[in-house]
Amino acid sequence: MTTTHCPYCALQCAMHVEPSPGGGWRTRPADFPVNRGGLCRKGWTAAGLLTSPDRITAPLMRASRDAPLLPTDWDTALDRVAGRLAALRGEYGPDAVAVFGSGGLTNEKAYLLGKFARLALRTSRIDYNGRFCMSSAAAASSRAFGADRGLPFPVTDLAGARTVLLAGANPAETMPPLMGHLAAPALVVVDPRRTATAEAALRGGGLHLAPRPGTDAALARGMLHAARELGLLDTAYIERRTRGFGAAWAQAAAWWPERAERATGVPAAHIRRAVRTLGRAPGAYVLTGRGTEQHSTGTGTAAAWIDLALALGLPGRRGSGFGCLTGQGNGQGGREHGQKADQLPGYRRIDDERDRAHVASVWGVAAADLPGPGPSAFELLDALGTEGGPRALLVFGSNPAVSAPDAGRIRSRLAAADLVVVADFVPSETAMAADVVLPVAQWAEEEGTVTNLEGRVLRRRAALPPPPEVRTDLEVIGALAARLGQPAERFPTDPDLVLEELRAASEGGTADYSGVGADRLEAGEALYWPVPRGGAPTPRPFLDRFAHPDGRARFAAAPAGTPAEAPDDRYPLTATTGRIMGHYQSGAQTRRIGELAEAEPEAFAEVHPDTARAYGLSAGDRVRVVSRRGSAAVRLRPTGACPRGTVFLPFHFPDGQSANNLTNPALDPVSRMPEFKVAAVRLEPADGPTGGDP
Amino acid sequence: MSPRPVPYRPRRPRRVVVIGNGMVGARFAEEVRRLDPGGDRVRLTVVGEEPGPCNRVLLPGVLSGALRPEEVGMPRPEGPGTAVLGAHAAAVDRSGRRVLLADGRALGYDRLVLATGARPVVPPVAGLRAPDGGPGPGAAVLRGPDDCRRIARLARPGDPVAVLGGGPLGLETARALAVRGHPVTVVEAAHRIMPHRLDRAGGRLLAELLERRGVRVLSGRACTAWVPGRGLDLDDGTRVPARAVVVAVGVRASARLAEEAGIAVRGGVLVDDALATSDPLVHAIGDCAEHPGGGAGLVGPGWEQAAVLAGRLTGRTPDAAYRGARTVTRLKADGIEMVSVGEVGDGPGAQTAGDPPEEVTVSDPAGGRYARLLLRAGRVSGAVVVGLPGAAAAVTAAFDADAPVPPDRLGLLLGADLASADAGGGSGDGRAPVCRCNGVSRDRIEQAWLEGARDLAGMARATRATTGCGGCAGDVGALLDRWSKDTPEPARG
Repeated sequence: MTTTHCPYCALQCAMHVEPSPGGGWRTRPADFPVNRGGLCRKGWTAAGLLTSPDRITAPLMRASRDAPLLPTDWDTALDRVAGRLAALRGEYGPDAVAVFGSGGLTNEKAYLLGKFARLALRTSRIDYNGRFCMSSAAAASSRAFGADRGLPFPVTDLAGARTVLLAGANPAETMPPLMGHLAAPALVVVDPRRTATAEAALRGGGLHLAPRPGTDAALARGMLHAARELGLLDTAYIERRTRGFGAAWAQAAAWWPERAERATGVPAAHIRRAVRTLGRAPGAYVLTGRGTEQHSTGTGTAAAWIDLALALGLPGRRGSGFGCLTGQGNGQGGREHGQKADQLPGYRRIDDERDRAHVASVWGVAAADLPGPGPSAFELLDALGTEGGPRALLVFGSNPAVSAPDAGRIRSRLAAADLVVVADFVPSETAMAADVVLPVAQWAEEEGTVTNLEGRVLRRRAALPPPPEVRTDLEVIGALAARLGQPAERFPTDPDLVLEELRAASEGGTADYSGVGADRLEAGEALYWPVPRGGAPTPRPFLDRFAHPDGRARFAAAPAGTPAEAPDDRYPLTATTGRIMGHYQSGAQTRRIGELAEAEPEAFAEVHPDTARAYGLSAGDRVRVVSRRGSAAVRLRPTGACPRGTVFLPFHFPDGQSANNLTNPALDPVSRMPEFKVAAVRLEPADGPTGGDP
Repeated sequence: MSPRPVPYRPRRPRRVVVIGNGMVGARFAEEVRRLDPGGDRVRLTVVGEEPGPCNRVLLPGVLSGALRPEEVGMPRPEGPGTAVLGAHAAAVDRSGRRVLLADGRALGYDRLVLATGARPVVPPVAGLRAPDGGPGPGAAVLRGPDDCRRIARLARPGDPVAVLGGGPLGLETARALAVRGHPVTVVEAAHRIMPHRLDRAGGRLLAELLERRGVRVLSGRACTAWVPGRGLDLDDGTRVPARAVVVAVGVRASARLAEEAGIAVRGGVLVDDALATSDPLVHAIGDCAEHPGGGAGLVGPGWEQAAVLAGRLTGRTPDAAYRGARTVTRLKADGIEMVSVGEVGDGPGAQTAGDPPEEVTVSDPAGGRYARLLLRAGRVSGAVVVGLPGAAAAVTAAFDADAPVPPDRLGLLLGADLASADAGGGSGDGRAPVCRCNGVSRDRIEQAWLEGARDLAGMARATRATTGCGGCAGDVGALLDRWSKDTPEPARG
């Protein structure tokens, strides 16, 4: 039996992995404060993937774009990749090669991938799927607090609060064990849909505020306005611990609750009630999720929630706070160690001379040799195979053919590239579109660290060896680096050695891991970063001061923007995307777990029964949801939980069912987050047979 | 991707002069700088005598004490290519494309924007109006923070105050003064408060809700004289004792500059969908403008006009248009939820223009709740809502969207979504999940009980139920309790 952490979301529930009596492997919950002996359905069935018949067990390669992917040996595959990369670099320069990483990679992989891109490839074009996840909240938190640690407190603190506001988060569906920490507080749930989390709030005497998609910033500003009107501002805190309230108020002054009501659809009385619940509570938290962040105005919207929390005096105070519920398993660590276009390890900036100098010295190169910042995830993918864009793409642990916005366009960009290489353990949709597929180890087959949504560094342990022809991502990176002429010691394949280097590279940075020693991890110490070398971890980093040089938090005062696309006569409905209980991200893993696939075998669209009626459609009909960018053919699910005029689609399904065929790649100006949550669409009856009706 | 409009590429920045630094003029400047942060497209000069733009919508909040006077300021126009002149615009020389200032200077323009606003009307009642047309001794209007200070000087908490005018501003002012501790009397000449925006029943209920909050409402009474410091004499011979009176009977567009320059003016400066006046190089927005689609006197439409014109003059959205306002009157008062939209009529069954609309009415006077919905072609054509917060939001949204309303009209008014009640799973279905997180049905739990799982821990081991969010622990516990009490074995079926 091996004790490790779940392969999926950012809670990183602890679990035992052990042989199953009937053969294969099984998981069960282990003792850990985050999951408190619980697991969701995905965790309970996670071991299924270890013996999946779909597992890629040998490198695959196709002779030409039209040829099939066929098994080959590692040397042939790696030689081909390295040869092509070198040739493309020779012809077009180093930026001809792009790298796409993942918030699912361990800290060590994220770190080494960034180093590989900057040193072995010398490309500035590296970014990762976390850009599609919590980049807006990360940008807003960095600006407000001087550091972005998703939750700057342990999740166990939440249970002691009187009120918790969840803006665009649906943990009852997406991270169920978190709900155990939210059972005692009154919940204020902000979500256009009456989700399972909103139901839980109402059952517990809390509130459900249902703004129209894309209007959250107006709601947050309206709440700030109401807080002042009701005398609930913490003026002493504003005075002592913050800067810029005047500008934030100048924005909020224009959003009196009745005006916010008209913009959002949330009754002014509920806005005031929510603020009273939040502002008069002895302990209160404001938490954001993807619903409020995945917009072309996501940074400003996340900032509006932070402004509200600051005005009420919540952040950096024991028993209260602001936080972002990070989504991906290592979404937190993945954004700290240099696979992001503008970052170097330790949450250092690639455009800061001192940060560059520090990392360059750890890497033994000159700072001038490090490339500068590159384009963001969507821009990188969208430029593939275009004039001046990258010719080759290396993908690690991601499935952008399903998870990128305007996915149809991204699939055509992948087809236009000269070379696509995917390292994965299942034949994801992106892998199947690649020229070379490199089979890699998965979660319980290798060691490494991840950083969960609390900023706590955890050790994932190997329970079993990978299949014989499978290598780890670190080994793949090392082998490619060697073929590109890099010295072997520069790209170690032992995760502990990589961690040693990561510690040095992050030392003194915002996310300082220099004290994260293997011994301390082994002893089960609760290592919340920053953990300076030999120093204590930091479970609650902002209690005394925020991370700006003057110790004060900053109000953002961003104007409340509007979605890039509004419904009109041709596309009269608003599509919004999200996640459901049984699946994770692009579904490449969970769609291969029998129990999960059986429970949710196909994509669907939720609409209000009145909307279904207006289109003459009923439950179970196959419909085509059509946007300016593409369409998705899905099963109709009328439910009163979905507001009129809104269409909700889960994004876990591929190809013709992909919700991201519809989504709008309009990008946030700061975080470069695409607008996943608002697309103008219409409904049509789907053509063709409707086989498989329940 | 939608096609990109041909970018506006100015050879030199367009010179735009704005007269008026109030709510709408300042908002216009803010929108211009948002769309053209570098000042490459538009060079802006804002001419205003105002000390700084003020958000007058918030003035009742200042009166009640919720806000301080300095907290109702708006962002000052600023940024590259922006100048603010604290000067008085004396005339517009259209042929010379110049604004002449009172101090003798002249400002050349490529485009001129009039945002001169409106002035409160003080009726010609004895004692009420000063010779200059402003309020006389003991009287005040409510247009800026100075007016709030004046009112505070005229009356201390506890002193009775009269408010002349039962429109939205008068009622919000009255409510704020009551919160501040003044006995307040509202005098409205029409036969009910908000005569144009409420029907009879709605007006009566709103008056009653105000009375419950310490505001006396006298409607159908004209005032004949103001005796400073003593009270307001009414046409029925009575006197409303008052230390001060706040006049809120309406505003008149400030259109003198336009009129003298020969620009077409009716009640306000006439503008089209491009917000251009009869001179295409001169625009007017906000309270001084009169658009055929209405909107004057309301800040929402004024701000929309500011955004539309900023888009046009910066060339960012050269085809943006203002097509008029949908009439929505929403009282800003915590605890009194009142909204009126579109046509109102006089009350249930009353005659309205043309064919009678479909009508839905809910009336609960004792509960302080009333709603009347008028529908034409299945869309909201008008509504009055008092005391129903959910309905106020929902009806406004339906009116703004101009979309067919749900078949369940009553649900819309009561905020209860009756249509969705049928959509849930039947409770008698043994296959319905008890534990959603792990997809554990009641049948499965029952089977585990039969196989010996007799407590929560055992049930979790056997079925995984309760191990996700934990929310079903109560339900599973109840099942276990019942089975262990009722019968040695649960009934199958």
